[in-house]
Amino acid sequence: MKWLRHFNGRTGTSYAAAALLAACLGLSACSGGSDDGGGGKAAPPASQSEIDKAMQTPTNLTFWTWVPNIQKEVDLFQQKYPAIKVKVVNAGQGTPHYTKLRTALKAGTGAPDVAQIEFQYIPTFSLTKSLVDLRPYGAEALKDKFVAWTWGQVTGANGEVWAYPQDTGPMGLLYRKDIFDKYGIAPPKTWDDFATAARKLHSADSNVYMTNMAPNESGVWTGLLWQAGAKPFANTAPDAVTVNVNDETSKKLGTYWGGLVKEGVVSADPDFTDPWYQALNRGKYASWVTAAWGPVFLSGSAKSTSGKWRAAPLPQWDAGKQASGNWGGSTSAVITGTKNPIAAAKFAEFINTDPEATKKFATEQFLFPATKALLADPSFTQQKPEFYGGQTVNQVFSDISQTVNTEFQWPPFLDQAVTDWNETVGKSFADKSDTNAALDQWQQRITEYAKNQGFKVSS
Amino acid sequence: MSNTATAATAASASRKSRRTGPSHANSGYLFVLPFLLVFLAMLVLPLVYAAYLSLFREQLIGGTVFAGLENYTRALSDDRLIEGVLRVARFFLIQVPIMLLLSLAAALAIDSGLLRFAKTFRLGIFVPYAVPAVVATLMWGYLYGPDFGLFAQIADKLGLGAPQFLSEGHALASIANIVTWEFVGYNMIILYAALRAVPHDLYEAAAVDGAGAWRTAWSIKLPALRPALLLCLIFSVIGSFQLFSEPKLLQPLAPNVIDSSYTPNLYAYSLAFTGQEVNYAAAVSFLLGLVIVVASYTVLLVSNRRSRA
Repeated sequence: MKWLRHFNGRTGTSYAAAALLAACLGLSACSGGSDDGGGGKAAPPASQSEIDKAMQTPTNLTFWTWVPNIQKEVDLFQQKYPAIKVKVVNAGQGTPHYTKLRTALKAGTGAPDVAQIEFQYIPTFSLTKSLVDLRPYGAEALKDKFVAWTWGQVTGANGEVWAYPQDTGPMGLLYRKDIFDKYGIAPPKTWDDFATAARKLHSADSNVYMTNMAPNESGVWTGLLWQAGAKPFANTAPDAVTVNVNDETSKKLGTYWGGLVKEGVVSADPDFTDPWYQALNRGKYASWVTAAWGPVFLSGSAKSTSGKWRAAPLPQWDAGKQASGNWGGSTSAVITGTKNPIAAAKFAEFINTDPEATKKFATEQFLFPATKALLADPSFTQQKPEFYGGQTVNQVFSDISQTVNTEFQWPPFLDQAVTDWNETVGKSFADKSDTNAALDQWQQRITEYAKNQGFKVSS
Repeated sequence: MSNTATAATAASASRKSRRTGPSHANSGYLFVLPFLLVFLAMLVLPLVYAAYLSLFREQLIGGTVFAGLENYTRALSDDRLIEGVLRVARFFLIQVPIMLLLSLAAALAIDSGLLRFAKTFRLGIFVPYAVPAVVATLMWGYLYGPDFGLFAQIADKLGLGAPQFLSEGHALASIANIVTWEFVGYNMIILYAALRAVPHDLYEAAAVDGAGAWRTAWSIKLPALRPALLLCLIFSVIGSFQLFSEPKLLQPLAPNVIDSSYTPNLYAYSLAFTGQEVNYAAAVSFLLGLVIVVASYTVLLVSNRRSRA
C-alpha cells in the first residue's frame, strides 16, 4: 500500500493549536480504552454455532481503509453474508488514518470494527491494546495460506494473531535496461557489483546516478537492514524493547550507502516529490531499489520510459544466498471495542483469503499478494506488461517473496523511530556527512524516547 | 452657535441615560452571549484543559502520573525548542520589517492618487492573500525545485548553478519570501483603510502650508498610520512565532533541513502526534504562548514609549 500513500501527498495542514485541541478532546475520555483483546492469553475460541449465529444476525460493520474501490471486495463478502452490512470509510492514507484511529480509540467511541494497518504499525497498535487477537476466530488454521514472513509480521510475542495480511512489498531492483546496455553494465548480483557499476556509470555520464538513496525514506533503509539479516528492534516483553540500530550490520550498510552518496555516484533526493518523478522520467536514476508494488506504480508515474525498465532481485551481500526485505504492505485488523468481534474477524478473514477477493486485489487494485495460492497462480505471475518489455515481473517478485527473512520486528513506537531516522541517518545522506555517526545518534534518540516512555531498553 | 452647543449637551445627556438604564445593560450582555459561549467552549476551556494536561505525564508504559512542573523544566532546557524559538525570533526580526515596509509603500502609492490603474494594482497585491496558504506554499515549493523549478531552469539557461532555495542556509529566507508574498496585500489593506480615514482637512491644511506629496506622506500620513502599523506589527508577532503551515508543507521537499522541531509549533505538533507526548506538547505550547505575550507586550511598550517621546 506504500504507493497509495503518496497519491495525495502528505498534506498535514492543521495548526498545532487546533491539533492540540483535537488531542485534548481525544484524551478527555482516556478511560474508554478497555483491556479486552490484549494480553498474552487467548480468549476461549468461538464455537462453530456461535460463528454461524453471528454471521446470520443482521450486523453493521465499519471498515477504515484507503484502498481505492475496495467496495468490490466488500460486495463479495456481502453477497455471501447478506445479513452483514459493511460501511467503508476512507479516513486518510497512512499517517492521517492512524492519527484519527488513535483519537477515536482514546475517545472510546467512533473507532471502526476493522481497519487497514500497515505491517510496520502492528506493534505500535498492539502495544496500546488496540487490536483484537484473532486466534479465537480460527486464525491459526489460516497460517499456511499466507507467505511465511507475512505471518511472522502479524504474529505477536505470545503467539497472538493481530491481523490478516492484505498485500506486501518484498524488495527488488527495477533498472533501466537501456542505460545498463549503453554502458555495458550487467544487472548486479552483489552489492559489490552494484557499487562498481555505480562508479562506472557516473564517471561515464555525470547526469546519471546508479540509484537514489532518499533521505526521507526510512522504509527503504529498514527494508535493506531486513535483507542484511539485521535485528534492529525486538519486543522482548510488553514493557521491554531492544533497540539495536547501530550494530555491525547497520554500520556495514552505513559505510556502504553513506560512502556511495559521499562519493556522489548515488544521489540523495527526497522521493515521491515532483523533482523525483521528473528525475525518473528523465533517466536521472538508472535503477530504483523498490518493492513489489513498485512496478505498477512506476508504469503509472514514468509513462515516458515505457519498455525500458526490467526487474531483478536485490543485489546480495552473500553471493551464494538469496535474501530480501519488505517495504510496505498492509493488513486488516479487528479493532478493540468492536461489538461484533466474530463478524469483524470473519470479514477480515474473507477479504484476505477468499480466492475471488484476493484475486481482485491483485488485478483491480494491483496490490501485491500475500497468499501463497495467488503467488503461484499463473494468471497472475505470467502477466507480461509492456512497460517491462514483456518480462514476467510478477514472477520475479513472487520468487523474491519466498526469500524474505521471517524474523524481522518493528518497534512499538514506529512514528517516533521514523522521524528520528529522517533527522539523523536521512540527514546524513542529504548532507553527505558521516552516516555511521548518524546511526549512533539514531540509536541514542530512540533509546532516550523509549526510556522517557517507560520502557526497559536494552541493545 | 449656542444652538449646536445645546444640541450637543442634550445628545451627551441622552447617551448618559442610555448607559445607565438597566434594561439596556442587560441587552448588551445578550448581544455578546453567542460570542461569549463560543469563546468559552472553543478557547478558554481547551486552554484550561491544556494547562491541566501539561501538569501530567502519560507514558506508553506505566500510564499517567502527576508531574507538576516537570514538563516545563524539561522544555526550558530542551535545546530543540530553544533553537526553534530563536529561529522564529530571527524570522520575525528580518521578515516583518521587510513585509511592513512593502505594505506601507504600496498603501501610500495607492493612496497618493498618482497611480494609474490603482484598483488593479490594489487587487493584484491583495490576491496572494486570497490564495490559501497551502496552495501558495505548494506553488512556491514547486518554483523552488532545485532540478526543474522555474528559477533553476532560468539559472540553467543562463549557465549558472541551480539556486538551492531549500538548503540549510537559505530555507528560512525562502519561507520568509513565501510569507511576505502572502501577507503584503493583507497588511496593505489595513494600512490603506487607515489612510482613507485621515480627515481631508488635514491634507488641505498641509497644502495651504505648502507641503508637497512627500512631506504630506511623512508628516501627516505616517503619524496617522501609527495605530494601524502597530496592529499589523502585533499580528505579525503572533504570526511569526506560530509559523507552521509553510514549513510543514515544505518539509517533504527538504526533509533534512526542515526537521520536526524547525519551529516551536511544528515541534509541539510532532510531539503530540508523532511521539504521542501530549502532555509535554501542551507544556511546550503554553511556553510558546508566553513567549508571544512577552514579545507582543515588548512591541507595545517600545512603540508607546516612542510615541510619548
